[in-house]
Amino acid sequence: MGAVLFHVKQILHLRNKTNTESAYLNSKVQKYYDIIVIGAGHAGIEASSSAARMGLNVALITMDIHAIGRMSCNPAIGGTAKGHLVKEIDALGGAMGFLADKTGIQFKMLNKSKGPAVWSPRCQSDKDLYSIAASEYINSIPNISVLQDMVKSIEVDEYAGNEGYKYLVKSIKTDLGYEIGCKSVIITSGTFLNAVMHTGNSKIDGGRIDEKSATGLSECLHNFGFETGRLKTGTPPRLDLSTIDFSKTEIQPGDINPVPFSHKTGWDKTTFPNQRQIDCYLTHTNEETHTLLRTGFEDSPMFTGRIKGIGPRYCPSIEDKISRFSEKPRHQIFLEPETLNGNTIYMNGFSTSLAYDIQQRAARTIPGLENVVLVKQGYAVEYDFFPTYQIFPTLETKIVSGLYNAGQVNGTSGYEEAAAQGLIAGINSANKLLKKELFILKRGEAYIGVLIDDLIIKVPEEPYRMFTSSAEYRLTLRQDNADLRLMEMGNKLGLVENKYLDLLRHKHLSIQGGIKFLYANTIRPGNINEMLTKNRSSPIGQNEFLANLLRRNEVNIKELFALEAFKENNLVQELMRDEEVLNQIEIEIKYEGYIKRQNEQVEQFNRTEDLKIPVDFDYDRIKSISSEALDKLKKIKPVSIGQAGRIAGVRPSDISAILIFMRG
Amino acid sequence: MNNLSDTITAISTPIGEGGISVIRVSGENTFQVVEKILSKSKESFKKINIGDISSHTIHFGYLYDGDDIIDEVLISIFKSPNSYTGEDVVEISSHGGVFVTQKVLGLVIKNGAVHAEPGEFTKRAFLNGRMDLSQAEAVADLIHAKTNEAHASSIKQLEGSLSEYVKKVREDLISVTALVELELDFAEEDLEFAHKKDLQKRAKSIISDLEEIISSYISGKVIREGVNVVIAGKPNSGKSSLFNALLKTERAIVSEISGTTRDYLEENLIINGILFNLTDTAGLRTTEDIIESEGIKRSYGRIKGADLIIFLVDSSASSEEIKLSIEYYDRNIKSDNSILVYTKADISSNEDIKKDNLVISINDINLLSELKKEMTRKVSTSLSAVKSDSIILTNLRHKICLENTVASLNNVIKSIDDNMSGEFISIDLRNALTHLGEITGSVTNDEILHYVFSKFCIGK
Repeated sequence: MGAVLFHVKQILHLRNKTNTESAYLNSKVQKYYDIIVIGAGHAGIEASSSAARMGLNVALITMDIHAIGRMSCNPAIGGTAKGHLVKEIDALGGAMGFLADKTGIQFKMLNKSKGPAVWSPRCQSDKDLYSIAASEYINSIPNISVLQDMVKSIEVDEYAGNEGYKYLVKSIKTDLGYEIGCKSVIITSGTFLNAVMHTGNSKIDGGRIDEKSATGLSECLHNFGFETGRLKTGTPPRLDLSTIDFSKTEIQPGDINPVPFSHKTGWDKTTFPNQRQIDCYLTHTNEETHTLLRTGFEDSPMFTGRIKGIGPRYCPSIEDKISRFSEKPRHQIFLEPETLNGNTIYMNGFSTSLAYDIQQRAARTIPGLENVVLVKQGYAVEYDFFPTYQIFPTLETKIVSGLYNAGQVNGTSGYEEAAAQGLIAGINSANKLLKKELFILKRGEAYIGVLIDDLIIKVPEEPYRMFTSSAEYRLTLRQDNADLRLMEMGNKLGLVENKYLDLLRHKHLSIQGGIKFLYANTIRPGNINEMLTKNRSSPIGQNEFLANLLRRNEVNIKELFALEAFKENNLVQELMRDEEVLNQIEIEIKYEGYIKRQNEQVEQFNRTEDLKIPVDFDYDRIKSISSEALDKLKKIKPVSIGQAGRIAGVRPSDISAILIFMRG
Repeated sequence: MNNLSDTITAISTPIGEGGISVIRVSGENTFQVVEKILSKSKESFKKINIGDISSHTIHFGYLYDGDDIIDEVLISIFKSPNSYTGEDVVEISSHGGVFVTQKVLGLVIKNGAVHAEPGEFTKRAFLNGRMDLSQAEAVADLIHAKTNEAHASSIKQLEGSLSEYVKKVREDLISVTALVELELDFAEEDLEFAHKKDLQKRAKSIISDLEEIISSYISGKVIREGVNVVIAGKPNSGKSSLFNALLKTERAIVSEISGTTRDYLEENLIINGILFNLTDTAGLRTTEDIIESEGIKRSYGRIKGADLIIFLVDSSASSEEIKLSIEYYDRNIKSDNSILVYTKADISSNEDIKKDNLVISINDINLLSELKKEMTRKVSTSLSAVKSDSIILTNLRHKICLENTVASLNNVIKSIDDNMSGEFISIDLRNALTHLGEITGSVTNDEILHYVFSKFCIGK
């Protein structure tokens, strides 16, 4: 098990090449690529692979060929709302889902105690295996060239058309002195733009430990007229596994029956899970930990103001937690193995930029960590991003035609958010060059649609993370129906193979058949009352429709179909063989009323979405718009009344004013 | 609608004979338009330079149409943004009367202004940020306010008391929604999640607050639109006679032949400061006359929509007929909003009825005023529930928004009863917030998340 499972020849070959001369893998650097992707993180992987698979010639440029798909922070994929994104990426033909399936060492469905709409799959992956699997995937696509270099600048021409762009992408120039021509550039450089790491009083240039910062690109875009902002994020220390006493912690096992992310894995579960499954562990900080941490506050870059960037409120550092919520006596610390066979533990919940010495001493006050050794210290990283009112929903910039931003450069956080954008940028850059339609998902269609719409309408104040509460139409945007919602689109784009679409269509037909059956057929009291009584549901007095029975909280579809009465029923017996189909039927019937209400909301939503605001609309002429709203409307230039209404600071009276004004 | 760059004008006082009329002009070119026609001298046209005059001042002058003087006028000057519309405004007070007023209006239009459409001054005030949407609606109500109470209520809404209240409810709802969302997005966190029954209790208390406001709509409507009163009864029970007596006019055709009122008639009347909209209906009976039966059908319709029904029984009729009428009344009409009245007391010899019942004769003013008192009493029962400082809902759109909010909250309560998980509860909470937002402001997801982040320690 583990790394040996992979055809790692090429990767190992890569890893041995350390001098920059030989870093240009495919031996010859071409003079021209259709699309150049800058950065080989989670966004870069999706962007380059989708565009290449759609037939374009792609160069993927990374500062370190060993770092393809590296998990800089938590070695986990998915989680609440993020799991939805992974499933959607997968349904559209992206890579993240099957990379996670291949390398996952613990799978867990979160929120299982709640309704199906908020179930969220999550897995711990072996971070080394993930990176290798990602490299292997990239290398398996013939028309991607991976180049190790740093892009110093993007060269442009003046834009001749009248679509509002100022420039047109022409080529890029690299640190090693190459100029490579291209039609399109996708920036997926993560936290590496002018990155600075902070630990206590020390301050080092770089985006990750031992990895340098990318300079030049930010300034280049600045010269084109882009605004940049500064954000901050952080990561906790990594611990030496052999110095931890796990007997003093709580075991956190994964699910007994793990569920994969990818439709590819899902329809052929013979090799799943691919890796040995492991446990994680839970421990807690205490007052002593907090007292010790407080002694480091005076040297903390957060409190002394050396960090100017804004950090995420949903992922605060441990020092933030104890200063803002001083009444809490303890905080959770999850101990998560970073790899299957390695020696490092990710100290989840202990993100910090305090001095190394304080980190170590504070960690040792925690049960199980009395003798712990920190392998890598925690740190905060500050980096440049481009506020997203500067991009279209295709992720193309409004200033430079052919230039796309995706991932953390757009002010998001998280691998999944990055990957989703990478995919959309890859698809749209390819579509533009292929002269095909733009690919924009609506808020009612996908979490990805919510993510990108949120980015466009928000002036970011902290790194953006996906939450299920950001998706208004959560009940229909479930992780379990991502394939039904999106796979056909993925197939049309050329990213999902026909054989999977055939399987999907069959699944769809089965679901419809099952629903129809339950609505059309009744059951006799004698055949079901025993089960009803057992489940503490009131027995029926006369024949009752199956759908009505299934709507009851106490009745589930498996038990219903397992009744003696359906033994001879071929349709039921066939449905019983596919758990996913049963699941969909049950959800559609049980929550019908809610889903109907939700669909009404979506319809209403789409109505205001269809009220388009002209591109040249002059907001200055409406005096009643508040100055805050005016400022944002002019910056963001919403495409529709609906989108305008979602911009924070734009009030309904502003919307009424725009409507009244538009109707003249 | 006119373009916002147009300068608009209209007669702002009611059409008809009066001492003075006011013609209002508003827009970018107001001053240029008025300067073209306003002279300080009677002898020859001498331009008044309005730009040099300070805002909020009144000036005397003559209006010239070419070489002819049309009228002596006073003009009030309001400079942008300190005017009703937020634009440059001039109000010309001319001599009253249809002819002069129309002539002045025509003159202003001839010199560059366009005729304003109904509500356009208020629309501009709204567009120029002089008032918010619910205030603009209140202005429309104010213009159409028919009584003193209506005026006061509109003024109050203008000052934003409904907005204030809705804002409070909205904040309350956001915090409830945030607590539900907390558990969905942050299940892994080490947090105490809110108890569903507590959330339900809070939803219930919001509902009861909202219902109180909604119920004020009835009195709000009474204040603004008046009470719809229908006079009903068998043919020839004296409906039209009473109608006319109450109005002291000869508006309805009255005759001795039963079935004279074949349709219905409507009039307004103020009793003790309350506006009543009186409707006389065709008598309720079966008939083969097509026109009359259509009238009867409409009568039933009016009765259904009435706030107050006055049912008449002819006290001079035979006791058999009286008995039938009373049976009809008991079965079909009788409610808290009905008054049973015996008519024709002057020609009736039925002393039993006269003793215990409301009996009137259109020829007896004292008996009539008894009826009027009873009408006021019925209405003021619902009015007295309204405290002087409470919010009265007068706008139907607002009422519908609040009703939808309540309906959504009732779904929330049901979902909690059904033991549904948070995302189902949330769908209706968000619906409630959307409906409430239609009055003042929508709620963004950020507001909900902001509440979560400010109140709870989130993040591994």
